[in-house]
Amino acid sequence: MSHPIQAAEFLQDQAKSKWHDETLWFVRDKRDKISKSVPEWENLRDLASQIKDNVLANLGKYLEEFEKNAKANNIHVHWAKDAEEHNRIVLGILQEKRCKAIVKSKSILTEECHLNPYLEKNGVEVVDTDLGERIVQFLNQAPSHIVLPAIHLKKKDISEIFHEKLHTEKGNEDPDYLTHAARIHLREKFLSAKVAITGVNFGVAETGEFVVCTNEGNADMGVHLADVHIACMGIEKIIPKRAHLGVFLRLLARSATGQSVTNYTSHFRSPSPGKEIHIVLVDNGRTAQLARPKFKNSLKCIRCGACMNTCPIYRRSGGFSYESTVPGPIGSILSPGIDLQKHSSLPFASTLCGSCTDVCPVKINIHEQLYEWRQEITKAQPDRAKSLAMKIANGVFAVPFAYNLSGNMMRGALKILPDSITYSGLNTWGKQRDLPELPKESFKDWYKKNRK
Amino acid sequence: MSSRDLILSKIKAVPLEAKNLPTIPEFEFEGDLKARFIASILANKGEVITKAEFFSLLDSGVFEKVYSHIEDFSSFTNIKITEDAHQLNDLNLAIIRGQFGVAENGAIWLEDQDMGLRALPFITEHLVIVLDSENLVANMHQAYDRIGLQESGFGLFIAGPSKTADIEQSLVIGAHGAKSLRVVLLNL
Repeated sequence: MSHPIQAAEFLQDQAKSKWHDETLWFVRDKRDKISKSVPEWENLRDLASQIKDNVLANLGKYLEEFEKNAKANNIHVHWAKDAEEHNRIVLGILQEKRCKAIVKSKSILTEECHLNPYLEKNGVEVVDTDLGERIVQFLNQAPSHIVLPAIHLKKKDISEIFHEKLHTEKGNEDPDYLTHAARIHLREKFLSAKVAITGVNFGVAETGEFVVCTNEGNADMGVHLADVHIACMGIEKIIPKRAHLGVFLRLLARSATGQSVTNYTSHFRSPSPGKEIHIVLVDNGRTAQLARPKFKNSLKCIRCGACMNTCPIYRRSGGFSYESTVPGPIGSILSPGIDLQKHSSLPFASTLCGSCTDVCPVKINIHEQLYEWRQEITKAQPDRAKSLAMKIANGVFAVPFAYNLSGNMMRGALKILPDSITYSGLNTWGKQRDLPELPKESFKDWYKKNRK
Repeated sequence: MSSRDLILSKIKAVPLEAKNLPTIPEFEFEGDLKARFIASILANKGEVITKAEFFSLLDSGVFEKVYSHIEDFSSFTNIKITEDAHQLNDLNLAIIRGQFGVAENGAIWLEDQDMGLRALPFITEHLVIVLDSENLVANMHQAYDRIGLQESGFGLFIAGPSKTADIEQSLVIGAHGAKSLRVVLLNL
């Protein structure tokens, strides 16, 4: 289904969609406030962008350096060309350890690879331990936002599913109470898991270490209690030097949630005595994206979610409307590279206002890439450009007389047309919005009168 | 061809323009390091207390099971030392020493030697980090300068208690890890 159809479904519940819009804008506002408290904020964005440029220009070299150093630190390094191989590698480790139940902290990559259903099909119980992810897992849903997985849900929804799954009091919607219930439930899981899976925020070539950021401490609860830690990392997550963490960590949490740093920033360099760390380096379309000069910059993304929080379309359409693992503006430039046919409506789910580009901590030109994808898609799917309205517009804009006449006609028509027609399904621009009040005359007429 | 070689060869096949790494300049920091550090910890929902306040807290008996990983407070340890972190599940208070703190965000740096068991600062119900107020740096760049290329198997910045806002963006302290972080700031 295309984005506009899904978005219309999200907008059915007006109160909830309004809350979604306002809540994400509140997060965006927190990001603004805290970024302005750092005088060198714009320098940091430039530095981060330049470091990532260097990474993309030397990706192979840094990956080999990372592998060499990680191996020297007793970390097992695996390479996966695609999602299927990634899943097979993870399952292979679990089978070797005779492990039937794992805990997993937030990893967008494992969502992208659909690891959970794969493991479940092979008899492994997967417990997502980030609170928001556990909530959506109970509901058999995917996260709707990469940083705030359950932002599409209200506490009433969460209370209901917790009552069913965790036997909390019916109707008790208190976030403290519900979080405490999840704490007790997940503590059991942490204590019994032999293998823990995490994502990776940054891999450092120079040291062979990798860094994981959380506020809940769930990644660490999992891996330090388990015997085996499997970390799944997209190859673009590599950075050259440890000192570069200083730049990225100053940007990441401030951009994501408006906090100065996550409460836990864990650097994994080698396993504890008697334990194992495995890292799976995954391509899954990243090298193909690297080979597209117009779109390779999308690989600079550090997954902060700021572009989602600021996007007027994302806020009013919800994460599910994108039907891609990474939703929002950045998802709309990443996903067409993976499956152009499936995601062809996404680059059009944007006003091209450029707000995403303005907040991006690594200065990805998101709105320009959205525009570029539109060109690609229109070339690949010429039917898209042949709607009747576009054909008429094409004719009208080409002939000055027709343009003037149609302007006069519309100003007249919109005044006398009843709302039932103006806001009928025939007029896409009348959906979910009021049309602006119309001026009595065109700018051209006004100019003629006033500037003789 | 192995997937490793396949991925690396695909990368090699992409013609890419050389891009130099930038130099990270020294950013100036205005204001008092201690005041800023304390404000940062409070913003992260931690607390900052004096040594005297901590002693009276310990004496009040609110913490049943206590483990101190540092000498100064080892007399308060009342559990059997264990090699298995699972045994720490009912620990009420862990006391550890932080190497240094970062004023701009309240993050405190810890390495393997500071924790003993890596699970300790997470599995404990409450956490106290003792930190000398002389050991503060301004920002994360200075922090990584100070860390250098040390080789601890695990390194950790802790900046506050375990927290979440996954239910309607309502902040809740005590998600999975420590329900509180108190920083005992020495030599204030």
